[in-house]
Amino acid sequence: MWQFFHKLGSPKWFFGIATRLMPWLLAGGLLLLMAGIVWGLAFAPKDYLQGNSYRIIFIHVPTAFIAQSIYIMMAVAAVVTLVWRMKLADVFVKAVAPVGLVLTFLALFTGAVWGKPTWGTWWIWDARLTSMLILLFLYGGVIALDRAINDEKSAARSVAVLVLVGVVNIPIIKYSVEWWNTLHQPATFKLTEKPSMPADMWVPLLLSVLGLYLLFGWLACLRMQTEILFREQRTRWVKDYVMAGRG
Amino acid sequence: MVFESFSAFLVMEGHGPYVWTCYGVFFLLMIAMMVWSVRRRTAVIESCRRGYEVSTGGNEQQNARASGASFTRVNVSQD
Repeated sequence: MWQFFHKLGSPKWFFGIATRLMPWLLAGGLLLLMAGIVWGLAFAPKDYLQGNSYRIIFIHVPTAFIAQSIYIMMAVAAVVTLVWRMKLADVFVKAVAPVGLVLTFLALFTGAVWGKPTWGTWWIWDARLTSMLILLFLYGGVIALDRAINDEKSAARSVAVLVLVGVVNIPIIKYSVEWWNTLHQPATFKLTEKPSMPADMWVPLLLSVLGLYLLFGWLACLRMQTEILFREQRTRWVKDYVMAGRG
Repeated sequence: MVFESFSAFLVMEGHGPYVWTCYGVFFLLMIAMMVWSVRRRTAVIESCRRGYEVSTGGNEQQNARASGASFTRVNVSQD
């Protein structure tokens, strides 16, 4: 177990594993995402209440769901950074924060555009929307803080603390629809209950969530590899890797 | 397909502009992020490669200078 943990912390070992995983993550991600989106846009039945505007759900839910799970993963990595000083955990936080920012923005944007025909307004300061906006600012704060500090180790520690402070926002986002009166509908998927929508709606939604997850995996591997190459450029193995790719 | 025609699919009973705007922005940002990430990786590899070439090139120049400074016989009369 400890050996595995130490191996996992080795940038060189991770680099090799990521190289082997990436083609599968990209192909699987694109395939599932496209299947989910095409099914959802053209073949899923119309919603009896919201009409066709509900088809935005096939990108709104995946982006919102993964934007939040990226933050939870970052919080776990932040603990690892603070407790074990594992370099790879900090590399992860730095590599995925911009992806989280883009996905949170997409969740907010698609939500706003969906809100107009459904609620009659683009934006309202209700609990779910506001807490998602705070998540966007948290991602922005993490990126800005990391760039503001030149020393790699102090940047890693400060960013980890900020990520951990911000993680309190995640349960607020999740339970905001239950704790407060909000315009936002309750969660589409619950682990303990059967989905309330027909299979023709939830299967494509599940496909697009899984597809976007895999695509995020590809992006995370790619961006972590970039960060590893940058940080380890003085090592022998990076030099061999870079010079081998020249010809 | 649940729509009767392709134009009905595009119009989506008046909800087309909302739906297509969302999908458009989604694909635009996702593709931009993927392309940006790939290009950044290529840029880092390229800058590492240049760094290695400059350092090895520098060593060769230094070696060349060092050998240039070695002993050479000067045929000047000492009389």
